Amino acid sequence: MAAMTTHLDVVSAEQSLFSGRVEHLQVTGSEGELGIHPGHAPLLTTLQPGMVRLVKQHGEEAHIYINGGVLEIQPGTVTVLADVAIRGEELDEQSALEAKRRAEEHIANPGSDFDYAEAAHELAQAIAQLRVIRSMRK
Amino acid sequence: MAIGKEIKGKIGSIKNTQKITSAMEMVAASKMKKAQDRMLASRPYAVSMRKVIGHIAHGNLEYKHPYLEEREVKRVGFIVISTDRGLCGGLNTNEFKLVTKAVKEWQSKGVEVDFAALGAKACGFFNRFGGKVLAAESGLGEAPSASDVIGLVQVMLEQFNEGKLDKIFLVNNRFENTMSQVPEIEQLLPLPKSDDDDLKHRWDYIYEPDPKPILDTLLVRYIESQVYQGVVENAASEQAARMVAMKAATDNAGNLIDELQLVYNKARQAAITQEISEIVGGAAAV
Repeated sequence: MAAMTTHLDVVSAEQSLFSGRVEHLQVTGSEGELGIHPGHAPLLTTLQPGMVRLVKQHGEEAHIYINGGVLEIQPGTVTVLADVAIRGEELDEQSALEAKRRAEEHIANPGSDFDYAEAAHELAQAIAQLRVIRSMRK
Repeated sequence: MAIGKEIKGKIGSIKNTQKITSAMEMVAASKMKKAQDRMLASRPYAVSMRKVIGHIAHGNLEYKHPYLEEREVKRVGFIVISTDRGLCGGLNTNEFKLVTKAVKEWQSKGVEVDFAALGAKACGFFNRFGGKVLAAESGLGEAPSASDVIGLVQVMLEQFNEGKLDKIFLVNNRFENTMSQVPEIEQLLPLPKSDDDDLKHRWDYIYEPDPKPILDTLLVRYIESQVYQGVVENAASEQAARMVAMKAATDNAGNLIDELQLVYNKARQAAITQEISEIVGGAAAV
């Protein structure tokens, strides 16, 4: 299995985060976690805030946090179009914890101009960032 | 000396102009670097997006999105991106010329044309040009953000959705390198097909969850990213064109000063010669 690879591009509106061959990758789709191996059928789906975990050609792992976007699979190429993406190494655990705490507080004590959907989205983003950080430590 | 005064004054004023143009050249050069970085940073996204959209346009999808279907053309829209300021050589002029030519072609086929102008120069030009300006936005500044263009894009998409526009084009200057910027007209809607031949067999995606919401978000995002990319490319082109134009202006001012200096020296020499000959003549008469 190790010899099979597929081409992956991870781009955000600001920059290109990864472009190269991978053995497999794992992303958070709108319907749940997706594991993608070479030879996957064409697929188009939206992504939730979450982690892209990819295994590069020689077994090296990398983690990228994305806050939503679109995933396209074509025979031979996989493209992740993220809205905002941050490399795992550049994530800041302290600020993610802070953001999570703030979002939880917002939901616990809703103010007059409280937007539940927005707060839930913020919470989901913070949790996803923390998840990326934890999984990198393993 | 009375004779040289006029020329001296002229030389002085040209020197002042030269100082301004060379300062503008340097400012443009430093801004160009940043504009270029911005353009290169967002390019991969736009390129990947275009690739994905190209695949979609080729696919045999179960859900036919209106943005993918060619329909009879009665009215077309041009989104024209220009600069906010002048003094950048023929950048805007060349672009508007290209648009004018395309508009004439459409009009000769009996198709009406509407515009959306991004940038002060385009706003000014198309208000004078005639034709309806559906949306105008200017003052994007040096670091345009994607949210600045969304409003205008929304207006054009609504027109398309309502069937008032049957084709939408994007016009901007493509940044090739510092010396050359090429105005370009690109079709935004309906989506142009990619040239990849391998994809022409019948296939469809697996969708999660449904094709419609995915395609809706994806296509709107695509248009926005293309327009945004156009804006940042145009901004880089603007700075490059201004740098080149100001360099030419500085060089021309230098030439002009050299020429005037020569005229001034000749005039001064002539005056001296005349004076000497007068003195010599006077002495001889005595």
